Amino acid sequence: MTYNFPDISGHFGQFGGSYMAETLVPAVEELTAQYLRFKDDAEFKAELAYELKHYVGRPSPIYHAKRLSEHLGGAQIYLKREDLNHTGAHKINSAMGQALLAKRMGKKRVIAETGAGMHGVATATVAARFGMECIVYMGAEDIVRQAPNVFRMKLLGATVVPVESGSKTLKDACNEAIRDWVTNVESTFYIFGTAAGPHPYPMMVRDFQCVIGNEAKVQMPEMIGRQPDAVIACVGGGSNAIGLFNPYIEIPEVQIIGVEAGGYGIASGKHAAPLTANAKVGVLHGNRVNLMQDENGQIIETHSISAGLDYPGVGPEHCLLKEIGRAQYVAINDDEAIAAFDALCRFEGIIPALESSHALAHAIKIAPTLAKEKVLLVNLSGRGDKDMNTVAKLKGITL
Amino acid sequence: MSRLQITFDALKQQQRKALIPFITAGDPAQKMTVPLMHGLVTAGADVIELGVPFSDPMADGPVIQRASERALKQGMTLRGVLNMVAEFRQQNTRTPVVLMGYGNPIEAMGWSEFAQRCEEVGVDGVLTVDFPPEESHDAFEHLQRHHIAPIFLLAPTTNEARIKQVAKLARGYVYYVSLKGVTGSGSIDLSAIEEKMPQLRKHIQLPIGVGFGIRDAATAKAVAKLCDGVVVGSRIVQEVETSNEQNVVANVSKLVSELRQAIDN
Ligand SMILES: Cc1ncc(COP(=O)(O)O)c(C=O)c1O
Repeated sequence: MTYNFPDISGHFGQFGGSYMAETLVPAVEELTAQYLRFKDDAEFKAELAYELKHYVGRPSPIYHAKRLSEHLGGAQIYLKREDLNHTGAHKINSAMGQALLAKRMGKKRVIAETGAGMHGVATATVAARFGMECIVYMGAEDIVRQAPNVFRMKLLGATVVPVESGSKTLKDACNEAIRDWVTNVESTFYIFGTAAGPHPYPMMVRDFQCVIGNEAKVQMPEMIGRQPDAVIACVGGGSNAIGLFNPYIEIPEVQIIGVEAGGYGIASGKHAAPLTANAKVGVLHGNRVNLMQDENGQIIETHSISAGLDYPGVGPEHCLLKEIGRAQYVAINDDEAIAAFDALCRFEGIIPALESSHALAHAIKIAPTLAKEKVLLVNLSGRGDKDMNTVAKLKGITL
Repeated sequence: MSRLQITFDALKQQQRKALIPFITAGDPAQKMTVPLMHGLVTAGADVIELGVPFSDPMADGPVIQRASERALKQGMTLRGVLNMVAEFRQQNTRTPVVLMGYGNPIEAMGWSEFAQRCEEVGVDGVLTVDFPPEESHDAFEHLQRHHIAPIFLLAPTTNEARIKQVAKLARGYVYYVSLKGVTGSGSIDLSAIEEKMPQLRKHIQLPIGVGFGIRDAATAKAVAKLCDGVVVGSRIVQEVETSNEQNVVANVSKLVSELRQAIDN
């Protein structure tokens, strides 16, 4: 089978598409046209490559977590170090690409939604880099749990707008950013944070994030003489995961595992794992995806310890990869993620983001069941500095 | 002939413009919605847009967002809204009712069952804000089979090609959103509407209603001159918000009467 998604109108099989209010339809059509025009443009590609190398600090290394692997006594865990990027997460890969596109489209104002604040920081950063006005929408609850990132965004010159509606988390920040875009559609570029939303975002954000998997495909053979047995990444909207996964789709020997936020456990209903929980297909934020909802089609409140995974939907390409069986999706609960967070701190001297800790936790779970020669490549999507407040609170410590 | 067509034909003959108020079903309480609908008609409404509350109303401003939250807290569901229309129809078989909302509650029910129920209870049109024509093929088939009009939004940003496309698919009337923004925001730019109208009329034979940003009788009157009907949403929902169960019907009726008089004079 040749895997070639999305189709021309942004569909990944039955998933994806472009479900937008009329005012925004011309804007997303224009964005698609401009993206398709520039994505293979030699000058655009050269500028992006230059920024990724000299500003973001790519390529990010791959690191063999030897002490942790030895401790677990099974498969070898390797980490793709997206935490070492400028601003501390994978989000800047796509924020940079979108900012360069915004520049070419003559947009001087950029907006973004953010959960953990990493995408907000990445957007504020590229906005400062290119002299653009930047507004970031962030749920009031997330503003509390990711306070250090709020301050970083402000230092970078962005305006952070607290969102008080609904569950006061990522999905509500998304609603508010869309409202801003409807109102300011002509002046504004919406730098979307994940591989979801209306076409072309799932495709465009994926393409920009594929730098992760494309690098890994070169780096792994250099390090170990072959590709890994499995690639593992956490899935919020799914951008860091699809960036690692997509280049590996064509290598059937490589297992693909997405890790969703299990919160208090799938059975509790308090989680953010639509794929693992087989959530019904529905439409939110411009795309058709598996969506956590009640029997009346209202979106239900999700729970995860990590703000970046606390989202009721998931990008359309992950829905498709699950449906066709090319990728497997599992959930990791809050307490398992925290244990993995602690383990990486102690065994390797790396403080991971709570989001990334979910991916790591699954590797830690399966490594002991596998032979020592097996290799698991985990996407360490971000660093954990932003999570100090959350982790301290859990440990009963006030900073 | 459909109720929408009969209504707009009659208005045209009388050389009057349609008044189309919007309320959110279940706001402020489920038991108030049907009395409110009758109140709207008595006060001069020609068509009722009945909002189906959704947890994530991305195209709405704070006023209608809060109305949705109040309604959902009351346990309002799409099935419940359909039952309300059935109850309304026991006394009123004349006034068209258009359901307005987001696609996901309908997706959850299934378009087939939804369209069938719409026909059974006497819904005349359906407007799903986040389902543009490109993504609505299935939906249309079901609506068409049950003689329910798909109502479309057009915006200042809509280009000619899309106007043509909507002209082909739309039934009942077309709803022109007069400003870039969410419901309840900004103020209306009359000259911009006047400028856009000939382009819309060139392709659209159906009546054209204009809404978003109409907050008082004077504006309603001015807008009515330019099109076939005025849609008033947030201003009415705001009236609901500041009323209580005892006076909400009277307060909303008073407001709608004022709008009616302004439009007719
Ligand atoms: C470090 C990190 N990893 C992962 C995510 C989840 O997003 P996505 O699934 O798009 O990679 C976030 C989102 O905020 C993040 O900050």
